[in-house]
Amino acid sequence: MPYNPALVAPMREEMVRLGAKELTTVGDVDAALGDQKGTMLVFVNSVCGCAAGNARPALRLALEHPVLPQHVVTVFAGQDLDATARARQYMGEYQPSSPSMALLRDGEVVHFVHRHQIEGRNPQAIAGDLVQAFDKHFGAGAAV
Amino acid sequence: MVVETSGPQTYVGRFDSEDDAGLHLLDVGVHEAGGNESKDEYVRRSAKFGIRVERKHLIVPRQTVARIAKLGEIAG
Repeated sequence: MPYNPALVAPMREEMVRLGAKELTTVGDVDAALGDQKGTMLVFVNSVCGCAAGNARPALRLALEHPVLPQHVVTVFAGQDLDATARARQYMGEYQPSSPSMALLRDGEVVHFVHRHQIEGRNPQAIAGDLVQAFDKHFGAGAAV
Repeated sequence: MVVETSGPQTYVGRFDSEDDAGLHLLDVGVHEAGGNESKDEYVRRSAKFGIRVERKHLIVPRQTVARIAKLGEIAG
């Protein structure tokens, strides 16, 4: 059963403030991820206090970096169930995890940040890893 | 967490708690020694691609625990 919308509203708003586009339906997900071109970050949001509470600030810090994905989108695990399940179908062999972040280039997952890479770490450390991944996969020297 | 046991099983999952029964893990993947994939390959694959959950909740008796590591510190 999905969470109370009032409970997750602040977590949704935090992502929107970062410039992420919310994908709340299967149609939204297919429109964003189907035949995806260019670079994208998919943030699987979550109410999990310990991990998601660090993941969102980490993303905020990482998005201050000069090298960025062209698009940032988000689905909410445990809330937008169908949209999240659909988004996970685009993640190839990566197992479901929330919160998590996937970096995509032309529809292919090139980097994935699992919950186990978020839990127990501070936002600065997580952001540092994300920035390295941005440079590696989205920077001028990235393999295409 | 990666929990290696003194037996053939290695478990990968989220640590929940510990009590007299042992370590409580959630969303657990299980590796059995002797299969096609070595324990190290299994753990590295789990670190890179995530945990393929086979058990929602598992208790590992404390006396069988041989070694514990953080999955997040293992390069996938």
